[in-house]
Amino acid sequence: MSEAQEAVLRLVGLRKSYNVGLPNETEVLHGLDLVIERDDFAALIGPSGSGKSTLLNLIGLLDQPSAGELYLLGQPTSTMDDAGRTRLRGESIGFVFQFHHLVQAFGALDNVLMPLMLRHGRPSVAAIDRARGLLAAMGLEKYAQTRPNQLSGGQQQRVAIARALVTQPSLLLADEPTGNLDTRTAADVFELLRRFGREVGCAVLLVTHDPRLSAACDRTIDLVDGRIVSDTRVPIGPSVSG
Amino acid sequence: MLALQFLRDGRGQTVTIMVGVAVGVAVVVFVSALIQGLQSNIVQRTLGTQAHIRVLPPDEVNRRQAVAEGALQLVREDKRAQRRRSINNWQQVVATLDTLPSVRAVSPVIAGPAFAGRGAALESVALTGIDLRRYQQIIPLPDYVIDGSARLEPGEAMIGSELATTLGLRVGDKLRLDTGRDNPAVVNVVAVFELGVRELDARNVYLGLKQAQALLGLPGGVTQLDLVVDDIFAANTIARRIARLTGLEAESWMEKNAQLMNALSAQSLSTNMIIVFVSLSVAFGIASVLSVSVVQRTREIGILRAMGAGRQQVLHVFLIQGALYGLVGALVGIAGAYVLVWVFNTFGPGLFFIPVAHTLVVFALVLATVVGVLAAAVPSRRAAMLDPVVAIRYV
Repeated sequence: MSEAQEAVLRLVGLRKSYNVGLPNETEVLHGLDLVIERDDFAALIGPSGSGKSTLLNLIGLLDQPSAGELYLLGQPTSTMDDAGRTRLRGESIGFVFQFHHLVQAFGALDNVLMPLMLRHGRPSVAAIDRARGLLAAMGLEKYAQTRPNQLSGGQQQRVAIARALVTQPSLLLADEPTGNLDTRTAADVFELLRRFGREVGCAVLLVTHDPRLSAACDRTIDLVDGRIVSDTRVPIGPSVSG
Repeated sequence: MLALQFLRDGRGQTVTIMVGVAVGVAVVVFVSALIQGLQSNIVQRTLGTQAHIRVLPPDEVNRRQAVAEGALQLVREDKRAQRRRSINNWQQVVATLDTLPSVRAVSPVIAGPAFAGRGAALESVALTGIDLRRYQQIIPLPDYVIDGSARLEPGEAMIGSELATTLGLRVGDKLRLDTGRDNPAVVNVVAVFELGVRELDARNVYLGLKQAQALLGLPGGVTQLDLVVDDIFAANTIARRIARLTGLEAESWMEKNAQLMNALSAQSLSTNMIIVFVSLSVAFGIASVLSVSVVQRTREIGILRAMGAGRQQVLHVFLIQGALYGLVGALVGIAGAYVLVWVFNTFGPGLFFIPVAHTLVVFALVLATVVGVLAAAVPSRRAAMLDPVVAIRYV
């Protein structure tokens, strides 16, 4: 049981069906069991349509499983109401999307502060310092007031990573974070994810199509047709920039 | 905060809808002020020449002998002619009415018919005996004097301009008054007034109270008490209270001018209709702009939800936007209305002056804000109910 409390995430018999009750009901995830540890840096791979995004939505508490249980930080989530899941999501999960999904109306710094503002209103001085620190670490201190549409793709994605980390989440979910970046920028972004995952001390789960990225992760979870077909750990990941 | 940023971001939309709201509010405020100004002008003109409440002695009725138990009585009754009579004990009634807080002034008046003659010319007039000092609080006669000076010593009379023209009278001329009681009097014309109502200017002759009492054969008596009250629209209530208090008849200006009151309330109704329909169209405008805004921001809403924004927060963002559309639009609209009113007062026909009441301004602000929030309710709910999974993937 101690393992369950230690684990950031534990899936037990997780199933997800769409169009429940309709003739075209389809089960996308067929009972997944998975444990993500605190220091995991894991890649979730699999062909299109294998259910990666569905699984990520479930883990991110954006969607609810049809059956099974999802423990986040040891807490069962299937019985939570929307407000409870929203709170837990805000406190413990950071998101990085394929398309950065920054809010265009705000400058980079305000985008990074957004998750904090959503929860506490006006950000504290300490929060602003932390956000500035993260931007600086991403090499973006000059662009604090710049609107997202005036930043390059790589810069936008780095702002998004800073935003995901500002709440010091326990789990960082990244959905094809480098999907629309060129190779070099992708490698930079990947390295940042890796570095900050370690520094902030949060588990990272990365959905990717890129075999080079997945090879650079400590752990690779292969999802095919809604089933985990392999789950391999590599002691130390090689560098991707080679 | 978030709502403000969204407003700033969608600047084009924001400006468009705020102009829409502003125009609506300007129309509401201007039309309301116009009608209010018009109505108070009409009321003022009407009340400028008449008392708010008139207290009269009750009509005389025939007294019948009581009928014995079980007996049947057949009655044929002629209504009694209402002779001119004094209000009993009027000094005390005046003293009582003077103490009522809602009554501003009381003036005893004796009124009756007479012929006014000069040479061979004869006109029928309404003789009105007044105590000028008290009466000018009811009708500011000195303000209406166009020739001579307002005073009423014994042997002096003030006459209307029409009568002066008909009889060829000027200040200083003599006028013969005959009430058919074989006691005609000759009085000096000391002032000619013009009330602006032809009927009154042709028929009213003001005398001192004592002289009129003598002429009309009611020494020491008065036939009516004229009153003004502080709140003219409470005249009905006050009149009823006075009637109960004194046992006399009390008639308010509202009863006497029932036609006018009808017209006024019809006007108020049409103003209210304008307000309702303008509010409706403003509401639909705000609702449609926000609906578009919600669709445009679907993805951003999804991100906010993923980052820990609750449904309530999303709801609030759009409700606040609606309220701001209403509030800021109303501020601009009110400024516009002030300009319109100023233009009307300065360059308009000059028939009357339009005041803008503070209550109207506050009312418009509150109305627009409430309409904004209500209009935002449906789009806000839709935004709040968006499934974050769907919203994030929305392109």
